[in-house]
Amino acid sequence: MSAGVEDAGSRGAAPDEDAPEVWIRPGWEDVYRRSLDCVHCGLCLQSCPTYVETGREISSPRGRIYLMRGVAEGRAPLADTLVDEAFLCLGCRACETACPSGVRYGAMVEGARREIERAGMRAGLAHRLERFALRSVVPRRGRLRLTFDGLAVAQKLRLIELVAPLLPRRLREAAELLPPVPPRGERRRLPGRVPAEGPVRGRVGLLSGCVMQELFGRINAATVRVLARNGFEVIVPPAQGCCGALQAHAGEADLAADLARHNARVFADAGVDMILSNSAGCGAAMRDARDWISEEGALLAERTRDVCEWLDAEGLVAPLGAVPLRVCYDDPCHLVHGQRVEAAPRRLLARIPGLELVAHQDPGACCGAAGTYNLTHPSMSQAVLARKIAALSEADPDVVSTGNPGCLMQLRAGGSRAGLRAEVLHPVELLDRAHAAAPAPRPGNATYS
Amino acid sequence: MSDLIGALHGIVGAERCLSRAEELFVYECDALTLDRATPAAVVFPHSAGEVQEIVRACRAHDSSFVPRGAGTGLSGGATALEGGVVIECSRMNRIREVDAPNRFAVVEPGVVNSDLSKAVARHGLFYAPDPSSQLACTIGGNVAENSGGPHTLKYGTTTNHVRALEVVLPDGELVRLGSATGVPAGYDLVGAFVGSEGTLGVVTAAWVNLEELPDGVETLLAIFPDVVSACRAVGGIIDAGLVPAALEIVDRRTIEAVEASVYAAGLPTDAGAVLIIELDGLRVSLPRQVERVREIAAGEAASGIEVARDDAERQRFWRARKGAFGAMGRLAPDLYVHDAVVPRTVLPEVLTAICEIADRHRIKLSNVFHAGDGNLHPNISFDRRDADERRRVEAAGAEILELCVKVGGVITGEHGIGTEKRDFMPLLFGPDDLDAMRRLRLAFDPEGVCNPGKVLPTPRFCAEANPHARGYDAVPIE
Repeated sequence: MSAGVEDAGSRGAAPDEDAPEVWIRPGWEDVYRRSLDCVHCGLCLQSCPTYVETGREISSPRGRIYLMRGVAEGRAPLADTLVDEAFLCLGCRACETACPSGVRYGAMVEGARREIERAGMRAGLAHRLERFALRSVVPRRGRLRLTFDGLAVAQKLRLIELVAPLLPRRLREAAELLPPVPPRGERRRLPGRVPAEGPVRGRVGLLSGCVMQELFGRINAATVRVLARNGFEVIVPPAQGCCGALQAHAGEADLAADLARHNARVFADAGVDMILSNSAGCGAAMRDARDWISEEGALLAERTRDVCEWLDAEGLVAPLGAVPLRVCYDDPCHLVHGQRVEAAPRRLLARIPGLELVAHQDPGACCGAAGTYNLTHPSMSQAVLARKIAALSEADPDVVSTGNPGCLMQLRAGGSRAGLRAEVLHPVELLDRAHAAAPAPRPGNATYS
Repeated sequence: MSDLIGALHGIVGAERCLSRAEELFVYECDALTLDRATPAAVVFPHSAGEVQEIVRACRAHDSSFVPRGAGTGLSGGATALEGGVVIECSRMNRIREVDAPNRFAVVEPGVVNSDLSKAVARHGLFYAPDPSSQLACTIGGNVAENSGGPHTLKYGTTTNHVRALEVVLPDGELVRLGSATGVPAGYDLVGAFVGSEGTLGVVTAAWVNLEELPDGVETLLAIFPDVVSACRAVGGIIDAGLVPAALEIVDRRTIEAVEASVYAAGLPTDAGAVLIIELDGLRVSLPRQVERVREIAAGEAASGIEVARDDAERQRFWRARKGAFGAMGRLAPDLYVHDAVVPRTVLPEVLTAICEIADRHRIKLSNVFHAGDGNLHPNISFDRRDADERRRVEAAGAEILELCVKVGGVITGEHGIGTEKRDFMPLLFGPDDLDAMRRLRLAFDPEGVCNPGKVLPTPRFCAEANPHARGYDAVPIE
């Protein structure tokens, strides 16, 4: 190191950084603390979809961490670039899987978004709409249901196609992304308690989710069936609410904390051995809730498992029939990177007779769904999706299997647009089919359907 | 908007030119975070033609320029010291051609090192230089820094793998150096260019060697009570006439950090050091070599030897080794990765002395290095916010380099001089040597606009050069 170079540095406006105690922008303390884990090695770069797409350091995890640290230290201004980049990030957390130093990048970005929200730096109609949805619709089951009722009617009457040409591009794309809203019967609330079949192996709670129940009620039903068949009593507390993931990702930290606190209480009262989630995004949020609410969050973190992880650890006991399909398992980011669950779903699927697991390029790369990202950043989302669809096309499976509602929607929409013939299913749906195809259920067992 | 920025927009469009202060902020350093300077702009060319135009625009507006790959360099090579334009090559990332029968590929500078090996694997080939940052670093950066890696021991550094280069010279001219056969006609200008740290021009394509994937590979992990006995085993292996593909030592502090990370490979955290030995070649030749290595390690107090059972386990060992630098973030916010080479025969004494230096300066030292070719990486973990600690880190670093030179070594093995080692050049070279190098540089870049401030000490420093420097002739040739 040379003194001359130090002088050439760009730290004029900065507080004296030679002081061991540096000034930190109020509110940015947690972001700053986490930034100190990064030694700037760059191993994260190629894991980041937005870096791969743009080649820009500023759109990479390392660059964003550097900028966040700079903003926290007062060396860089809290300005538009940070706002743009913090929200251009998909939040896939692939960089955390690549990081040898264990930087908790996801939490840092959420912290930055929280401070951006608090500073009121985002404006515009789209943002106001998003905030309204996250604050006032998603967490309220009744309103969410009404919204989907309305959507169902609009879809049925082909209203959306009718008005599509009049809609702004973003809304039009959002409408295209939505799968048909299932009939109300499928969206019906799950029973509060479903008994185990055969010898009871435990009592588990199911996080039924918000979007999950409205759009993928059939996956929730399949989850309950598979768990029950494998000896678990399933409790679906009716009082449970939204997990807070979408709110946290959007910088609505206080709301996310309230939602997590509520669920922690509800599931504690339910007296279950474990809380299971079949949505990777929700599961990851429950496990990270200790960042938002320390005490109750720790409970959620310890007691939450992904349904595939749980079934893999406990073992499948119900008989499995043949499901002769070629399946590509695509990792949801918030399962493989957010919860570090990678082998379990594959092991489960591999146990199904006749099912062939087919490899494809970069199964752990983001599909571009990322919560509401495909609505807020359509062009980047499409670019990221294109890589995924190309990889899947090459493998040409019968089924693409993934365990997260956003990814299910994104892959379904992207696949059908690209002419991909594969069906897109949750792993528990394949397990459910295998159980249903089993030659002879053990005598004397009641069957939940 | 300045005229220069306007000219750059004219070439690549506003989309591919960054000039807002906060955007430039993240380009103020590469993986060496101690030396920082903000560039005037960052441009992303897509073609050699655009690079030419950018270079000419810089010349027309009296701006210097700095080529950059992924910014994973550890000597400050990609830092725009004089506030020039960063020519970011990450978007020039096509593999133009793979000529499998003739064992070479033509790649653009932004191709990621490990992507090249991945792309040619279906031909049974690979690209040998494998720096620890290979998942991110680019071939262009590797050429600039003459990067090495664990497998340098058997396969050589980047310079042994580049046949020809297409470069934009500092006057904007596009030239081709060398030939696709790898045999230069006339002066070996490719040899001059590789390792020039971006001071002679901008690489826009490289013709690189591809090697055949070895028939068989065995990777061993020998566990030692301390680093010094591991070093002795390294000497024993080489003396026995074996040529392993890699001989890597990882010390206890590094093992602890890596094992706490996502790259954990089950390395024993109670070991003083582990030695990773990779043997490759014809499968039939390996069992005897493995036996020999076992005997030698046991003779140097190794408490155990594991052999990677399969490719997956081998990958785990290497991922642990290569994630080591990054994992040091677990020890302190900053890391100073040193890089020096000493004759292999003095490794045990040098390691002992380096540990003594670290203790004396009260710094947190760890060692993870390419033992087979004597390439040390004493890593110092510190906190840049602590001025006193920073001074101690710098003092210890200087002492370590002096020690390495004193025992017949050199001040960098693979990371380059950049800004980091610039002022240590006089330790190794006399004024005449440095002047000869300066004249070579001027032959390519007479006006000093191409990555200024790197490699060669400033004239002021030169005048105060160490009168006892041994001069180039005295550097032992290995």
